Amino acid sequence: MMLVVKRILTYVVMGVGTAFFALPVLWLLSAPLDDTPTYAVRPPRTFSLDNFASIMDNRYAVASLVNSTILSLGTMVLVVSAAALAAYALSRARVPGRDALIYLLLLLSSVVTGTAAMVPIFLLIFQLGLIDSHFGVILVLTGGLLPAAIFLLKDFIDTIPPSFEESARVFGASPLQILRQIVVPVARPGLATIAVWTVVQVWGSFLTPFILLRDPDKQPAAVLVRTFYTEGGSPNLGLIAAFSLLYSIPVVLMYLLAWSRYGFRFHGGIKT
Amino acid sequence: MIGVFLVFPGLWTLYIGATNFRLTGVSAREPDFVGLDNFERALTDQTFYHSLWLTLIFVFGSAVVGQNGLGFTLAWALRDARKWIRRTLEALVLLAWILPSSVVAFLWIAMLDRDGGTINALLGTVPGIAWTVEYPLLSIIVFNIWRGTAFSMMLYSAALSSIPPSHLETARLAGSSGTQTLRDVVFPHIKRHALTNTLLITLWTFNDFTPFLITASDYDAEIIATFIYNKAIVGGEMGYSGAISLLVLLMNLLLALVYLRVARRRLA
Repeated sequence: MMLVVKRILTYVVMGVGTAFFALPVLWLLSAPLDDTPTYAVRPPRTFSLDNFASIMDNRYAVASLVNSTILSLGTMVLVVSAAALAAYALSRARVPGRDALIYLLLLLSSVVTGTAAMVPIFLLIFQLGLIDSHFGVILVLTGGLLPAAIFLLKDFIDTIPPSFEESARVFGASPLQILRQIVVPVARPGLATIAVWTVVQVWGSFLTPFILLRDPDKQPAAVLVRTFYTEGGSPNLGLIAAFSLLYSIPVVLMYLLAWSRYGFRFHGGIKT
Repeated sequence: MIGVFLVFPGLWTLYIGATNFRLTGVSAREPDFVGLDNFERALTDQTFYHSLWLTLIFVFGSAVVGQNGLGFTLAWALRDARKWIRRTLEALVLLAWILPSSVVAFLWIAMLDRDGGTINALLGTVPGIAWTVEYPLLSIIVFNIWRGTAFSMMLYSAALSSIPPSHLETARLAGSSGTQTLRDVVFPHIKRHALTNTLLITLWTFNDFTPFLITASDYDAEIIATFIYNKAIVGGEMGYSGAISLLVLLMNLLLALVYLRVARRRLA
């Protein structure tokens, strides 16, 4: 008797849980394909791809995806190159207080974030005259992601035996040559992880570009998608749905890629 | 060479130090030095307390109770579920976590809409309830539970799988009930994990800006994140919002330090 009750309870938990988590996402799958989408989740009445065509007609929509790409790739290049240099140095140099330094950086990056960092970041960028510039956003995002990237990459470089570099040094290679020709090829999986992680983080980030970019021509998809329904009265549901789906796909794909390669270790934020 | 590579992280610390400096030096941006006036104002401002109180309810309801509880319940229920059920449900929970925030915010706006929202359709409420207007705080609490449960679920799954099966077996043979087993066998094992988890999700929820995307500037859901945004970016009161940011920063620091302490003790 107890057992039956327990089993039923378990199924109820799972059933309700599935519904709770699945319902909102179902809209993202059905509405883009619906000719006349509504707010409610339902199978498409008349199947059509017109919503995707309307993205092409909206000049801001296409531009915002380009902007998202610029921000993601720009931040990725900065984060990966800076983290590689710093992590290599920190992994090889014997300096007192090295671990403390890394922990301090991690601590700062998880404390000076989101809500708490909004005002100082805005002021900083404002005084540097970088409001409405992609470069400003890239700098801010790089700053936030770098400590975690250094931390993850240092762990990785620690596992590479220094003997490779020593033998290169014997043959007279310069430090930068060693880094470029020995360390980078060996550390490639680690660098790739950081690169994917950075792109995912920047692609989805909302707050930083939201407060730093005013010009709709420069806004990334995360910010622009709001204007499809806050401007001009009623929201354009078809456009929002199709655009959201298109915008979400890269993130899901990258997670799946990272997941199949590295398993569950791949988390969203600074999860140490 | 080492010097060159070490200079960079050094400069980096300086940069972060600079952002910190801005925080404390925000009031100095105004021509007159106002000293602690901004802090005094914050501590006597009714709207600030109002916002702080809402934030507490929001963090407590959605993170401490909601994500923690649901995360554990799911991890516990899925423990010996069939593999495909487990996989499907886990994938759904994770999906809620990885989708970009502006997308999930709109998904919930659609769910909660008064006229055509899915929730009203399910409940059969005619005329529909405008959830985000009538129950804004409840809306963002439910949203945040949906959004963030994945982390707790994964953490508790890992924690539960580290309990030796023989302990559970012994408890079962000794005839202890489900609640007794949970209390006496499971809980002592996952106590640390629960503490770590609560601290982390509290820190993240506290700093999350996504609720703003759902309830916008609704006064009844003006949590600290929205409060600072409205004061600073909309209202332009940099000095005052800077002071509040500093208070938030201190709370963050406190949470992070407790977290580090707990984490270190676990390693030792």
